[in-house]
Amino acid sequence: MTDRMVETTAPPIAVFRGGWHNAAVIAVALVLSLPVLVVLGHVFVPSDDVWRHLVETVLADYVINTLLLMVGVAVGTFIGGVGCAWLASMCSFPGRGIFEWALLLPMALPAYIIAYTYTGMLDFAGPVQGGLRVVFGWGYGDYWFPEIRSLGGAVIMLSLVLYPYVYLLARAAFLNQSICVLDVSRTLGNGPWRTFLTVALPLARPAIVAGMSLALMETIADYGTVQYFGVPTFTTGIFRTWYGLNNAAAASQLSAVLLVFVIALIALERGSRARARFHHTTERHQDIRRIELSGWKAAAAFLFCFFAVFFGFLLPAGQLAWWSFVVAGEQIDARFAGLVWHSLQLGVIAAFLSVLLALFLGYGRRLARSRGVRAAVHLAGMGYAVPGTVIAVGVIIPFAWLDNTVDAFLRANFGISTGLILSGTLAALVFAYLVRFLAVSLQTVNAGLDRIRPSLDEAGRSLGLHPGEVVRRIHVPILKGSLLTAFLLVFVDVLKELPATLILRPFNFNTLAVRAYEMASEERLADAGPAALAIVLAGILPVILLSRSITKTRGTRP
Amino acid sequence: MTFKRFALGGFAALIALSGFAGSAAADEVNLYSARKEELIKPLLDRFTADTGITVNLVTGKADALLKRLESEGMNSPADLLLTTDAGRLFRAKAAGVTQAFVTDAISENIPEQYRDPQGHWVGLSLRARPILYAKDRVDPTMLSTYEDLADPKWKGKICIRSSSNIYNQSLIASLIEALGAEETEKWATGLVANFARPPKGGDRDQIKAAAAGQCDIAIANTYYLAGMATSKDEAQREAAAKVVVFWPNQDGRGTHVNVSGAALTKAAKNTEAAIKLVEFMTTAESQAWYSEANGEYPVRAGVAKSQTLQAWGDFKADTLSLAKLGENNGDAVRLMDRAGWK
Repeated sequence: MTDRMVETTAPPIAVFRGGWHNAAVIAVALVLSLPVLVVLGHVFVPSDDVWRHLVETVLADYVINTLLLMVGVAVGTFIGGVGCAWLASMCSFPGRGIFEWALLLPMALPAYIIAYTYTGMLDFAGPVQGGLRVVFGWGYGDYWFPEIRSLGGAVIMLSLVLYPYVYLLARAAFLNQSICVLDVSRTLGNGPWRTFLTVALPLARPAIVAGMSLALMETIADYGTVQYFGVPTFTTGIFRTWYGLNNAAAASQLSAVLLVFVIALIALERGSRARARFHHTTERHQDIRRIELSGWKAAAAFLFCFFAVFFGFLLPAGQLAWWSFVVAGEQIDARFAGLVWHSLQLGVIAAFLSVLLALFLGYGRRLARSRGVRAAVHLAGMGYAVPGTVIAVGVIIPFAWLDNTVDAFLRANFGISTGLILSGTLAALVFAYLVRFLAVSLQTVNAGLDRIRPSLDEAGRSLGLHPGEVVRRIHVPILKGSLLTAFLLVFVDVLKELPATLILRPFNFNTLAVRAYEMASEERLADAGPAALAIVLAGILPVILLSRSITKTRGTRP
Repeated sequence: MTFKRFALGGFAALIALSGFAGSAAADEVNLYSARKEELIKPLLDRFTADTGITVNLVTGKADALLKRLESEGMNSPADLLLTTDAGRLFRAKAAGVTQAFVTDAISENIPEQYRDPQGHWVGLSLRARPILYAKDRVDPTMLSTYEDLADPKWKGKICIRSSSNIYNQSLIASLIEALGAEETEKWATGLVANFARPPKGGDRDQIKAAAAGQCDIAIANTYYLAGMATSKDEAQREAAAKVVVFWPNQDGRGTHVNVSGAALTKAAKNTEAAIKLVEFMTTAESQAWYSEANGEYPVRAGVAKSQTLQAWGDFKADTLSLAKLGENNGDAVRLMDRAGWK
């Protein structure tokens, strides 16, 4: 559905008075892209012959593996995410009501944790292969077993925890589609599958593509999984070049190449929307009439969803629970409560600020007629695809510079030393979270804003509402679901975030992710269990809330 | 108005956050540590109990902590940098963020090769990277040196982790010192040809693979084996029981060893307390405890080893000055890239 007519004749009315908001949006977006820009600033520093060395030896591997990983995860999350979303929202089969929210659960698991658990189970030395060897009397080389720690394994691990992003957005899109459109398709003689393929899927395309681009950005930024699996990609290459070859310039040049992938991704997303606008033409929604599945079709639908939940959540969480059970006495003490509190505290603060910024930038983008604003907003969202460590370094450098400059100035002029004001505080850490996860809240808020027809603003205005009231009385009720979604997504992401937390946190401040990592990196997987499980448990509640909020926006009973 | 209320809330949150910024007590020492909290906290707690000096701790990855230290410059709150691998200590010194501090008490306790020649850092615990072989499949008389592992007789039999890992980088750096770069590259190429599988996982994974039969030989740091042998997990203990330590190069330069150590930062404000802490960590008692708890060897001579370590017997350690490992690190990485070591 294109409302291009409306779009061109009546651009959305300005919510903020005057022209200053463009400048403000650009300023905020630039501050948020500062860490990425700082790292890219090294691009023009000559890096000696390191590039020649990289090109001759490992660069081809980095490019090919990164691309294969992206393609694999794209396919995996599309099939898992869209398939489950369609089944859980538009079809009716046993267990659907449970799957509706359970399908989101894998989101609570960090990718590197799921990688550890599956390796523990499926590795050559693990219980599965060990059991097979005992039962059949096999030795090494007597049988074939898929190698979990491989590129394919990494694709599966990442797909299992990332498909919920696609599921979430696709489901929201399916639920919000005007049922009339689907009905029209059905009355024109299309079967349910044809309706799905030719009407529902194309209509949900922006949401699906948005979900997939989030999943792929996470994939590009992933370090823990590929590093553990020994798959050389751009992220592992960046660290190797930076630390191993001790060449920050070449490492940031690699980061710049990585960003090319991201820009391609964003271009792809924008291209897929083309010039179409996806506003609703009517606000008249009716209850969904789900397609009744029975017999083998119901069984297949059940199994499809069940496998996603089982392999993405039940099995690895079960393993974590078992490990936790084994070591609970030692690992769960008074300090553990502190870890939980710190994690939750950071999650809530970062999520709240992230939604706030997303609203600000989202409105900026919606209202701006200038390309500058749109470009700046896109730039601000790039942090999501940049590995956390790179972001953290990009935060450390300008913050420390600012602190030291202020200190030097005050020392020189007033004889006061302020020391480091921001560096080493939670403020720096939260800023890094905002940079890293802004894309998540921005995508979600933008998707919400895109659904509000500009003509609604106009109608509101012509009925005498001033801009603030348009926002409060028209936008907020429509956006509420999106805002909650954005909040919860960022919250869960922050709970899982590791590298930036590790580098930027203040003295004596640990979180669950830090504890889980410290244990896991000592290869004490069982001891990592309780902290990892706590991350998962803390993530479950928001995930269930998410599901409810989406269902509610539809107005159907959960 | 919703937007304003949102914004106000955000502002309040920010202000609340900055309230968490560092606290300044009289007697304290601030530690950036690449050693995990679990491994050092008990020792630090004991130090606090003994001296009344509070120890504030941030743990993290060595290179990232170093970057933080570098960027913070002279205003950095950190007094001490604690990290594994001499290669990292060398990097810290090269980055100009450390200063000489080694006192007589410290140099009496710690042998010369485990200290920076200018006294910028000092080793606190020692780990060896020997050859581990599967008891039921390898005849130990076939084993001799690291160099011998490139021999085609080991084709498809060796497990070792990725070349991105600093332990391997330091091992190669020591070989470059012993054999020269050209010979080492030839050796590395031969070693890669003998890999049982593409490198993946950590050191424990290599030990597990050798125990399970995927390879006959694993190269891993000793404390991982010690950790597995004393693990609560039965599968780990079983795997550890299936491999045996072989000390390579005993007729020559000795087995490759490395340290975890401490460096005093240039920005240190609690210098006295920081030095006190390092001295404390080099006392015979701390050394014994540290070695026992982490399965590492004490750096200080004459300190009793833990039972697990005693069972592996004494060995001759490479006496190469560990500063060399840092110097050769970049060359080592490139060399492994060329040898196709993933």
